[in-house]
Amino acid sequence: MSDLNKLGLAEARDALRAGDVTSVELTESCLKAIDEADALNAFVHKTPEIALERAKAADERIKGGDAPSMCGLPIGIKDLFCTKGVPSQAASGILEGFKPEYESTVSQQLADAGAVMLGKLNMDEFAMGSSNETSVYGNAVSPWRRGNDDAQLTPGGSSGGSASAVAADLCLAATGTDTGGSIRQPAAFVGITGIKPTYGRCSRWGIVAFASSLDQAGPMTKNVRDAAIMLETMCGHDAKDSTSAELAVPNFEAMLTGDIKGKKIGIPKEYRMDGMPAEIEKLWADGAAMLKAAGAEIVDISLPHTKYALPAYYVIAPAEASSNLARYDGVRYGHRAQLAQGDGITEMYEKTRAEGFGHEVQRRVMIGTYVLSAGFYDAYYNRARRVRTLIKKDFEDVFAAGVDAILTPATPSAAFGLGEMTEADPVQMYLNDVFTVTVNLAGLPGISVPAGLDAQGLPLGLQLIGRPWEEGDLLNTAYALENAAGFVAKPGKWW
Amino acid sequence: MSIDQSTAAKVAKLARIKVEDDALPALASEFNTILGFIEQLNEVDVEGVEPMVSVEPMRLKRRQDEVTDGNQQDKVLANAPDAREGFFAVPKVVE
Repeated sequence: MSDLNKLGLAEARDALRAGDVTSVELTESCLKAIDEADALNAFVHKTPEIALERAKAADERIKGGDAPSMCGLPIGIKDLFCTKGVPSQAASGILEGFKPEYESTVSQQLADAGAVMLGKLNMDEFAMGSSNETSVYGNAVSPWRRGNDDAQLTPGGSSGGSASAVAADLCLAATGTDTGGSIRQPAAFVGITGIKPTYGRCSRWGIVAFASSLDQAGPMTKNVRDAAIMLETMCGHDAKDSTSAELAVPNFEAMLTGDIKGKKIGIPKEYRMDGMPAEIEKLWADGAAMLKAAGAEIVDISLPHTKYALPAYYVIAPAEASSNLARYDGVRYGHRAQLAQGDGITEMYEKTRAEGFGHEVQRRVMIGTYVLSAGFYDAYYNRARRVRTLIKKDFEDVFAAGVDAILTPATPSAAFGLGEMTEADPVQMYLNDVFTVTVNLAGLPGISVPAGLDAQGLPLGLQLIGRPWEEGDLLNTAYALENAAGFVAKPGKWW
Repeated sequence: MSIDQSTAAKVAKLARIKVEDDALPALASEFNTILGFIEQLNEVDVEGVEPMVSVEPMRLKRRQDEVTDGNQQDKVLANAPDAREGFFAVPKVVE
């Protein structure tokens, strides 16, 4: 077989089990693709020795006959996951040189299942960004281009390296994390599938924290079946994360029947934004028509507090970040600033954090500090948490009325050029997450499925939002949408 | 509410991030843009609505309060910028 790196997880698993290919061959194919793709700046720490060692072990296990689905499959790991003995920096200068003595639960579960780690993937610093332009490693670059224009495009963010790597076939799949849309927006920008599960499905232990009440890990894959396979391995209760749910994890792949007859799909009127590009509106209408043709019932619904999701998010997420990032003090790990004669511990903290944190991270930490400060806590933080209760109730009401899933666009536009948003104020960048952030605030599962191309030949995605803990049903609806949309476009190789 | 330079300086101090004086006007202006966006929340009637504590209703698990881990001093200190004699070293804290 040639171009083994182009396989998806399910195809590669079946080929491994049939003895048509070995994990070492799959891994070597990916390692070669990675070495040829430095222009994408997706893999920022390569781990070929670990990869080949795990691949050999996986091949032995597969010969034994009862290997799990992920066994022998080469994947990339977002830099936000702590990986033992391997740099784990959350794309920040403040974690320069940090090599954890432990492994995150999710990456450990993948390793235990036999998955092969190829290296660490680029991202926005501390997952704060929507374009992978806040990374200490520099921008990750999308493999997609606007026709023959060689302007570099964003792969989205914060899981931009994961998106770029999967779309460019540098790995079979990758882990991502999603606090306000950081799996689903980049997946949509590069034409791949990304699912954020229900809050509590995946353990957050060992994943560098951004906003703990919103963060969830999830897979970024070449198709819906692969997402089902990888998600199952990533999920499950963990005693080390008290918010991880003690619920059985179903066999998600077995739930992919493609049969969605009688399912009720809601179309929320509040997601029809002013100034929405006609292409996005058409994609959305086409998606609804496809689900209807597959036997679903399409109903108009209302989620009245949608408009307030982004402002609530930009109180809650920075507030939690300001607490979580207080640990970067130059004492226990990472960067410590050079001190001047007479500097005390306060100067050490202030200089270390000014040097180690990038601009966007500093801005969010300070906004969070402000909204939590004495006198403003009620006006900002408590008000935002109340609005969050109302946003969740909007969803509870439509689910109680019998809606099974909600269909929305994944992003308000196709991918933009790297540097194109530099002059815009921060709020303009935040608007990228307008369709995804409600899902984090409500703790729900959401999936982005590639559904078409815009006039410039760039991918566009649709988002499906499911009921809590019903990722299996959501994946099945996504599978039906994927089958109907028939998205097969790939970027031409220029790198 | 509008943030002036002295408030921006106070917030930077609380966050323990050194911001040079000449950067304060731009910082204050960015804060005001973001806070202006957040002000929309004032339009929402939140009377009688409880602030969300946990997005999925779950009772936090309890466990026995016992030592399950430890004796890893070398690992704990392995990533420290300055570790000496089994401790984290920092500049003088008390006079």
